[in-house]
Amino acid sequence: MLKDVTFGQYFPGRSLLHRLDPRIKILSVILLIVWIFMAEHILSYALLLLTCISLILVAKLPLKTVFRSIRGIFIILLITALINLFLTKGEGKPLVDWGVFSIYEEGIWRAIKMFLRITILLIMTSVVLTYTTSPIDLTDGIERLLSPLSYLHVPVHDFAMMMSIALRFIPTLIEETDKIMSAQKARGADFSSGGIVKRIKALLPVLIPLFISAFRRAEELATAMECRCYRGGKGRTRMKVLHMGVHDILFSVWMLALGAGVLLINHFAYGLVGF
Amino acid sequence: MANEAVIKTEELTYVYGKGTPFYRVALDRVSLSIEKGSVTGIIGHTGSGKSTLVQHFNRLLKPESGTVSVSGKDIWEKTDENGKICFKVGLVFQYPEYQLFEETVEADVAYGPKNMGLSEEEINERVKRSLQLVGLSESYLQQSPFELSGGQKRRVAIAGIMAMEPEVLVLDEPAAGLDPQGRKEIFSGILRYREQTGKTVIIVSHSMEDMASYCDSVIVMNRGEVFLSGQTREVFSKADALSSVHLNVPQITSFMSKLQKMGYPVPSDVLTVEDAADVLVKLLGGEGTC
Amino acid sequence: MSNTPFIQIENLNFSYEDESRRMAVLKNLNLTIEKGSFVAILGHNGSGKSTLAKLLNLMLLPDSGRILIDGVDITDENLSEDALYEIRRRIGMVFQNPDNQLVATVVEEDIAFGPENLGVEPKEIRRRVDEAMELLGISEYAKHSPAKLSGGQKQRVAIAGVIAMLPECVVFDEATAMLDPKGREEVMNAITMLNREKGITVIHITHNMEEAVLADRVIVIHDGEIVKDGTPRSVFSDVEGLVSRELDVPQVTQLFHLLKTRGISVTTDVLTEEEAVKAFVDLYPEKNHGK
Repeated sequence: MLKDVTFGQYFPGRSLLHRLDPRIKILSVILLIVWIFMAEHILSYALLLLTCISLILVAKLPLKTVFRSIRGIFIILLITALINLFLTKGEGKPLVDWGVFSIYEEGIWRAIKMFLRITILLIMTSVVLTYTTSPIDLTDGIERLLSPLSYLHVPVHDFAMMMSIALRFIPTLIEETDKIMSAQKARGADFSSGGIVKRIKALLPVLIPLFISAFRRAEELATAMECRCYRGGKGRTRMKVLHMGVHDILFSVWMLALGAGVLLINHFAYGLVGF
Repeated sequence: MANEAVIKTEELTYVYGKGTPFYRVALDRVSLSIEKGSVTGIIGHTGSGKSTLVQHFNRLLKPESGTVSVSGKDIWEKTDENGKICFKVGLVFQYPEYQLFEETVEADVAYGPKNMGLSEEEINERVKRSLQLVGLSESYLQQSPFELSGGQKRRVAIAGIMAMEPEVLVLDEPAAGLDPQGRKEIFSGILRYREQTGKTVIIVSHSMEDMASYCDSVIVMNRGEVFLSGQTREVFSKADALSSVHLNVPQITSFMSKLQKMGYPVPSDVLTVEDAADVLVKLLGGEGTC
Repeated sequence: MSNTPFIQIENLNFSYEDESRRMAVLKNLNLTIEKGSFVAILGHNGSGKSTLAKLLNLMLLPDSGRILIDGVDITDENLSEDALYEIRRRIGMVFQNPDNQLVATVVEEDIAFGPENLGVEPKEIRRRVDEAMELLGISEYAKHSPAKLSGGQKQRVAIAGVIAMLPECVVFDEATAMLDPKGREEVMNAITMLNREKGITVIHITHNMEEAVLADRVIVIHDGEIVKDGTPRSVFSDVEGLVSRELDVPQVTQLFHLLKTRGISVTTDVLTEEEAVKAFVDLYPEKNHGK
């Protein structure tokens, strides 16, 4: 049933990673993505992989859960690797030659590189952001990072408010969908047989009430918000004040050092392990 | 009234979130039977399992163990008939007005009968009949259901299930959130359905007053188990047992049983204000003597 | 309860307009509500009682007439925006559907929403949020998601969110209608506590008679007009008047009324079971004696 789906794979906890300022976490993830795509040498990848494992350990997350999250997209990873493996044309003699499909040494390296890049990228983003940051902290962080843009009349606050309301209503609407589906099933609706057109048509009795109810909820919520003196971001304060602590600085230093490491390796290390 | 059971459950057990931290036994070996042609109330607090229970009657939920049978047949046996069990046991969910979706009242009420594959004439016939049952005239047929009042919407939604003419009509909190007038209109529609068709009605509610006024027998659920069941009078005379599970008998029942405890010769199983007045008038020697 | 008026409504008219017709919702309404009182407003659906609530904090504007809040005319056209929000702070609203009035994904963040909008200092918000949660007995759910709470708990979160704005008056617009008996009891306990202990003026809109009995004053609105206004005892003693306006009365009140119409001389102003038992005991020996 839809009810059993858990959204936003957030694991509540008190680890160093959980306590980091969400702004630092968002910036770190951006930095990490840059480092990953700059990494050329196998040593850099070793370094990144090591960071990855340390992050998981620091966040005190069960390894099993983290790897399970990659399992879902394993097929995509595999396909990406295979495409790179077969379609990369190298300079030397192909190692395997089956006419259209041929494998060169460069192809093997490229496949490994792509595979590692995506895997590391995914693990890092989910460990630093999704697993250890509550959705509300995340929207908060985004809002505050982007707040300078509001001087350029970008509606940053409204955007963040929309995001957090969406997060608030996802479970409510899932539950509602479930209920409407059961109610229509009780009137003989059949959602699981027939061709695609028939199935889409069968969903109308669910979608229409769902939309109507979403609009009704939106209207009631807007009234309730106005009654609680909401008037946009103007003059609004926040209960939670984000302030950077020693751990935020240390973490930033770690991330910057990692980048320096990747760049140094790119510059100085040569040899057969350079992709 | 025939003593035949129209719905029977044996050792019915249902669990939520098996294998997750949210694991919870919602129904624990529930065995009960509902008499054909009766108006039976299922009462209990939120989380007592009453809504989960009725969703087993038409195969919306599959029991973890135990059986559910309708008219003597196990509904989970693989037969063609069982695929259409929802037409035999019509379930009206809480706040059913939120499932309306068609442009006209007529089309919405016809949705169920259409899914049954009935002929056009038969459908038209049934739509009119069921709207009449819930007290809405034919002038509503072409109206949009979304322009009606809350109570009217609710009645259209209930008519949508009545139009399938189910053997058993199950209603989950049919009067929730309505004002006294709206409640009365809903219940008189439900009783008319029973009177005119002779079919069985099951009402799920936490309103003890409504149960007392409308049900022949009641089943009290508590923490996923059947706590008490029997004729309404019989169950409501057990005020102490009911209050031990935080259910209060109607004020009038409680008042009369208090009088009885104080030694007055009055029965403790009075369910309505009219009955209480009859008893007290007799006791006080009123009506004409004053 | 003091005798200082907090809300004064003078000759208030309000009507809804759709394409074809104009429907009068409130007709020449006059009403004064004292500071610190607990007023229940009864009326069937469509009687205009919810419209009245929305006029009090200017979610709707009247066609004519005046509304004074603590002496300030809020219907004045020159009312500044700040004054408008000050009115909304002073008169909080709690609505029927608990799901549709909570904004945040975490309970304490939701309670902070009001004070945040008012631009209160972060430390002060924290203090008010903690105090409001304590008051309503929801501290243990501070970090929970509202989606996981029961109806009664959600409504208490909504009340805490209003209380954190330090209102002088709270309007409950059918705030118990969607709750089960347990949730109703939780919310009614909270409402009486706010009135009796915190001195907050309470306007409770409902169609539940047992809840109205708890108020100091009951006002019955029918077709946009006030048809009854008085103590619960005086209002409920007119059983016929209420029933003809599609309202209920407590069962014991109904019983004593019925006894009276059937020729037994009993008092008709019983409201609760205890009063009924007492009234009956007073009556019965005397009756026996007379025989």
